Amino acid sequence: MIPLSYYIVVSTTMFVVGLVGILIRKNFLIILFSIELMLNAANINLVAFSHYSGKVDGQVMSIFIIAVAAAEAAIGLAIIIILFRGKATTNVDEMDLMKW
Amino acid sequence: MDPILPDIQLIAILPEIILALLACGLFVAESFIQREKKEQLGYYAIGALALTLLSTIPLWGKEISTFSGMVVLDSYALFFKTALILISAIIILMSFEYVKIERINLGEYYGVILFATVGMMLMPSANDLLSFYLSLELMSMSLYVLVAFMRKDPKSVESGIKYFLTGVLASGIILYGIAFLYGTSGTTNLGEISVFIKTQEIGSSPSLIMAFILMITGFGFKIAAVPFHMWAPDVYEGAPTPVTAFLSSGSKVAAFSVMLRVFINSFDLNSGSWWQILWIIAVMTMTLGNLVALTQTKLKRMLAYSSIAHAGYLLMGLIAASQIGYAGIMIYLVGYAFMTLGAFTVIVLLCRKNHRGDQISDLAGVARTNPFVGLTFILFALSLIGIPPTAGFVGKLFLFNAAIQGGFYWLAIIGVLNSTVSLYYYFRVVRVMYMDEPAEDLALSFSPGMKIALGFTAGMTLLLGLYPEPIIRAAIDSVKIFL
Repeated sequence: MIPLSYYIVVSTTMFVVGLVGILIRKNFLIILFSIELMLNAANINLVAFSHYSGKVDGQVMSIFIIAVAAAEAAIGLAIIIILFRGKATTNVDEMDLMKW
Repeated sequence: MDPILPDIQLIAILPEIILALLACGLFVAESFIQREKKEQLGYYAIGALALTLLSTIPLWGKEISTFSGMVVLDSYALFFKTALILISAIIILMSFEYVKIERINLGEYYGVILFATVGMMLMPSANDLLSFYLSLELMSMSLYVLVAFMRKDPKSVESGIKYFLTGVLASGIILYGIAFLYGTSGTTNLGEISVFIKTQEIGSSPSLIMAFILMITGFGFKIAAVPFHMWAPDVYEGAPTPVTAFLSSGSKVAAFSVMLRVFINSFDLNSGSWWQILWIIAVMTMTLGNLVALTQTKLKRMLAYSSIAHAGYLLMGLIAASQIGYAGIMIYLVGYAFMTLGAFTVIVLLCRKNHRGDQISDLAGVARTNPFVGLTFILFALSLIGIPPTAGFVGKLFLFNAAIQGGFYWLAIIGVLNSTVSLYYYFRVVRVMYMDEPAEDLALSFSPGMKIALGFTAGMTLLLGLYPEPIIRAAIDSVKIFL
């Protein structure tokens, strides 16, 4: 049987890749993918913990998270469409109308 | 073994069911109403909220735990639900004129506000990591749409993108924290987690520390605490003004209500050294918020930094981790919601055709031509600073008192010093309103809805300051569940 720590290593790697992706990538769509990575990292953790503790709570939760992630992507894509209509770009570095 | 079909008492979420169904009805009705008559849907939304408020009456005093312990209904939840319904109604009242001026008088606007309200109302009831996450997402997603609602305005779209990205990042981080919390305790129910944490004495286990750091980071984004605040000024500036008011009142009230329940149950705040992290965040938040607010020339940005500072004061109650501290958070949240809504109502008044009116200089001389507006703004400013007889004073009294009783003298001193700093920038606005010459074409966009919103927020700010006993008693009774 694969030890629990392996799952945690995989999920932590995914989480960090997603986090770094959000912080350094410029393209809005790539950032959306990175967000999905972060959510799925949490899913892996939940399912692994649930499997090792013998309770199904975590697996139920991960199914809800998949649904939420889909809704989130829908809203993100809607916002990027109205941005693209106005500015013809998906580069988040060009959002500089407001600065302190 | 639990029975296969658990006993579900739907009455526990009766207000939310009613509001969600009526919001769906609004979306259906929207397609049958002509563009010029869309404000009928606003009245419909007000009616829906009134009905929801009525439906909370039979629930007072009840203690229900349902959906396998996922949703609880107690006086703590009802306290916040009532406040959130009122906040949402004020937002809709102040939107009537604004949406016409900005040409976003679409029915969906009111519908999405109602859905955000449903999410907010579920948040203080959430007693399970799953229901907490889902209600948080329902609120956040509705707010992403609302912030970007002026889709022809580049600033609104930009702030929508900024809010979406930071909001989703925060959700992802909270979710990862939830996963670790679940891994530590083996359950998603907050009550069971609380029992587990207290009996196992694993306060310093690495996975619990990881969960705490992730959760405080995620919540830091949601309540705009330093160093996770950088989205707030931009989003507040670009979003439609009523939505900005909704962000700074409704979403903050709801986020704090659920933060209290999650943190108190999941981390034994009285023992251990969790308070050190919270202490640093609170001090940074109030100091930076107040200092940067001094330099702002835009009203909405100034109020954004002031709202950051207020999140810092609120965290004091969580650091003290006592009955009076938690009650202080509840009292201050309600008072803060009304006073900040009032200040935003004054900004909405300035908005007219082809004129956004979000500079401090736009307020020049307003108090001379409209003495009532000037007086109410002074009242809100006094309350935001924390001077009696206003709601802000009562809340701050409780929070500072809690900090001193908990032995956090420096925290209280820094808080008082910060309140003094805030006096400068609020009264700079008051000075502009009274001393400067009014502009030639100064005209406030008054409407019946605006008058009710301004009068109600001013009345509540004063009432909670002059006669705070009922709310104090309600708050102190409600937080007994955490002790």
